[in-house]
Amino acid sequence: MGKIVAGIGTSHVPSIGVAYDKGQQKSEAWSPLFDAYEPVQKWLSEIKPDVAIITYNDHGCDFFFDKYPTFAIGAADKYPIGDEGFGMRQLPPVPGDTAFSWHLINELVYNEFDITVCQELKMEHGFLVPMNLCFSQEPSWPLKFVPLAVNVIQHPLPTAARCFKLGRAIRNAVEDYNDDFTVAIFGTGGMSHQLSGERFGYLNSEFDEWFLDQIEGDPSALISMTHQELMERAGVEAVELIMWLVMRGAMSDQVERIHRNYYVPMTTGMGLITLENVVP
Amino acid sequence: MSQQLDPDRKIEGSYIFTGPMSQKGYALNKLGASLVSDDARASFKADEDSYMERFELTETQKKLIRDRNWIGCVKGGANIYFLYKITSVFGDSLYKLGAKQAGMSYEEFLRTRKISGAT
Repeated sequence: MGKIVAGIGTSHVPSIGVAYDKGQQKSEAWSPLFDAYEPVQKWLSEIKPDVAIITYNDHGCDFFFDKYPTFAIGAADKYPIGDEGFGMRQLPPVPGDTAFSWHLINELVYNEFDITVCQELKMEHGFLVPMNLCFSQEPSWPLKFVPLAVNVIQHPLPTAARCFKLGRAIRNAVEDYNDDFTVAIFGTGGMSHQLSGERFGYLNSEFDEWFLDQIEGDPSALISMTHQELMERAGVEAVELIMWLVMRGAMSDQVERIHRNYYVPMTTGMGLITLENVVP
Repeated sequence: MSQQLDPDRKIEGSYIFTGPMSQKGYALNKLGASLVSDDARASFKADEDSYMERFELTETQKKLIRDRNWIGCVKGGANIYFLYKITSVFGDSLYKLGAKQAGMSYEEFLRTRKISGAT
C-alpha cells in the first residue's frame, strides 16, 4: 500500500514568489520566512516522497466564474506556468503523475467526491509558492505533483468538514495505491488576512497561533467552524484556511509536529506547520 | 440561507463574494480575467474605452473603472483577485489597492505594518 509520509500547512502569499524570483531569501525582511523552510527542505529531501498533492486555490489564472469547480484535480504529465495578470514567472513546467492522478480521481469519485478533472491546468502562486518554499528545483524538481484546486473564493464554498473528509478519502486512495509509493500532502493559504473592503489589512495573530495549535493537536474546533466565524475572526480572504483541513484529514488522528513557524510582516499571517503520522 | 453564512452578522468593511455578487460583477471580473497576457494589458492601457466595450460593462461599471473607484468595484461585485489584475494595469499593486479601499494613502498604510520592506 501507498503511504502519506508528510503533511504540510503553509501560506501561499504571492509576494513570497516575487521575493523568491528576486533572490531576496536572505534579506532582513524575508529571512525570517525563508530560513524556516530550510529544515523543511532538508526533511523532505530525506523522506523523498514520490508525489506531493498540493491543495490550493486558483486566483483567476485558469478558472473563471463561467464555470467554477468546487474541487478540481489535475491529470497531466506537466502543468505549464500561467500569467496571473502580472507577467510570466520564469519557472520550468511542473511535472505531473497522470497514473496516480487518475487513481486518485477514480477513488474519490467512487467515494462520492464529485471531482472536476483537468487535463490542462496552468499553475499560479497558490500552488507555486508552497512548491518554491519546500523543494529545490536545482537541478530539477525531485518529485512529481498533483494539483488539487478548491473553491475558496465564490460562496457557497465547501464546508471545513467537507474538506476534512476529502482529506480522509485521499488517505484511503493513497493506501490503495502501489506498494512503497509515498505522498506528501499540502494544505495552503492564509493565515489571517483581508484584502477586500475597507477592512483591508485586518490581521489576527492570536487566532493564527491558536489555529496552528489546533491543526496539530485537535482539529475538531476547526472542522466545525463556519465560514462566517472564520471570516469574522481571521478576515474575509482567510476563509481559504479550510484547505489546511484537507491536509489534516489525510493525516492520522495522532500526529507529530516536525516544524512550525509564524511571521507576519505585512498584511498576512504567514504560517507553517509540518506533521508526520503517529501510528498507534 | 445556509448555516455557513449569517446575513444578520454583517462584518464591517467587508463584502462577501456570494453568487448574487458574482452575478452583479460578472462583466468586471471577466474583464479582469482577460488581462493575463502582455498584449491584453497593453491594449487595455492604450485604449480603456474600446477595451471595456468587449465585455458588456454597464455605464456604471465603466465609470467605476474610469474613476479608479476600487471600493466601488468591490461593492459592485468585483472579486478582489480579478480586480487586482485591473488595478495593476494602472500601477495600483495589491497594497496600493488595499490602502485605497481603506481610505488611506499608501504611505499611511505602510506605517501600520510591522516590516514594510516585505512587499
